[in-house]
Amino acid sequence: MKKLWRSDRKLIKNRRMPDQLVRLVIVFSVLIASVVFVRKFVLPPDLKETGTHRTTAINRELGRPINYAGSSVCADCHEDEYETKISGYHQNLSCEVCHGPAYKHTEEPEDYLPPAPRERKFCPQCHTYNLSRPTGYPQINPIAHNPLKPCISCHDPHDPVPPEVPHECVACHAQIAKTKAVSPHALLDCVTCHTTPEQHKVNPRVVSPSKPTKRAFCGKCHGLQSKKKGPPKIDLVTHGEKYLCWQCHYPHMPEL
Amino acid sequence: MKRRTFLKKYTLILPLGGLLGAAFNQLLAKTVEKILPLEKKKFGMGIQIDKCIGCGRCVVACKNENDVPKEPFFFRTWVERYLIKKNDEVVVECVEGGAGELSNGTTEKDVLRSFFVPKLCNHCENPPCAQVCPVGATFKTEEGIVLVDEKRCIGCSYCIQACPYGARYLHPERRTADKCTLCYHRVNKGLLPACVEVCPTQARVFGDFNSPASPLVRLKRMNNIHVLKPALNTKPKVFYTNLDGEVK
Repeated sequence: MKKLWRSDRKLIKNRRMPDQLVRLVIVFSVLIASVVFVRKFVLPPDLKETGTHRTTAINRELGRPINYAGSSVCADCHEDEYETKISGYHQNLSCEVCHGPAYKHTEEPEDYLPPAPRERKFCPQCHTYNLSRPTGYPQINPIAHNPLKPCISCHDPHDPVPPEVPHECVACHAQIAKTKAVSPHALLDCVTCHTTPEQHKVNPRVVSPSKPTKRAFCGKCHGLQSKKKGPPKIDLVTHGEKYLCWQCHYPHMPEL
Repeated sequence: MKRRTFLKKYTLILPLGGLLGAAFNQLLAKTVEKILPLEKKKFGMGIQIDKCIGCGRCVVACKNENDVPKEPFFFRTWVERYLIKKNDEVVVECVEGGAGELSNGTTEKDVLRSFFVPKLCNHCENPPCAQVCPVGATFKTEEGIVLVDEKRCIGCSYCIQACPYGARYLHPERRTADKCTLCYHRVNKGLLPACVEVCPTQARVFGDFNSPASPLVRLKRMNNIHVLKPALNTKPKVFYTNLDGEVK
């Protein structure tokens, strides 16, 4: 056994490698070397990545210039304006909505000054009446509302409030007033049903007027015991069972 | 015992021990991952329909921030105005910087209800645009944001056709597909996207889904939430509150 193995080894030792094999080895090594060379030196690095997120594209995105500095930066220098704005209706409005992108101004405060829009056409972009806008959002008709006067002559854009405290409810609640004017309740004052604190005119969202809470309130005019002659009478005990009056009748336009 | 027999009998312990050790390592890594999950950010946007006033400041800000062509038919984000008439006809208009007048022939009395719908790329969890791209230029980042590699894009427009939300356009100068990046360069530096930054009524909300304190998670918890075209199973990451059934 051992002898056979030894002779085998001798045989291999003496034999030369066949020519075709040598050529094959050369061809393959050239191929492998060229692939390695191309991968290493020719291909751009992002083409070699196979993952789902690519660092070069991501870095390119990350390197894009910033134009809007963000609202918190402005307060660092412009304290007065910030203090005025933070308690008013424009408290949630970012400075750059009106003053435009201002990142450059944070870098070079002297050289680049962000514009301050003063012309009349700027504010109506948000405050023109539009039926698609949510109700309660302050809107005006720019044709009828003090024509040709710049908005900032009456309203401070950093703390916008109506220049005068409204005298009548209709100034703000025009839609309700319009409805009530053609209803059987036309002759009733708003304060007949709503107790309105004086502060409501100054701080409408903080101090709100009262609303009736009991059936007996409507019963003062519409109950059988009422002395008033005009209003239609119902029996409070049997009419409407457990429901409150305004669950069926809209008080600003009660049906006849 | 002879040294030779010892080696013959007990060297098997070495590879076996290695295998056991590797298995233990794997198990340990998995349990650690379960107990302490890696904090990865997942960005998205919420849009409150009943707060949008259709002023178009977001559209302008997006164009300023992202170098979008100023012509009125290239948008990364845009605002649509829905008019639902009393005869059930639905009119959809695109608002270009400030809500316009009613289109001719319609009076206020014909309108049953009306509202604005801001739109942008939905950054789908299963993005159809990424699936159709023949060169793999569109991809999803770890944060879930869908991006276009403009150096790889060949401008074949397949993705523009594939997007069910119409959120893409072909950039007229670069001749590559372009779309909302959720202001990737801003949000990764702790800033808000430009459209969220300037929204005067906070109709747009930006946040991280994986942070319980983010305004987006709060929005999702407190509101009726809907996404656009849920039947397509694209799993959008732009969430709308109180969305009307007519919005497609």
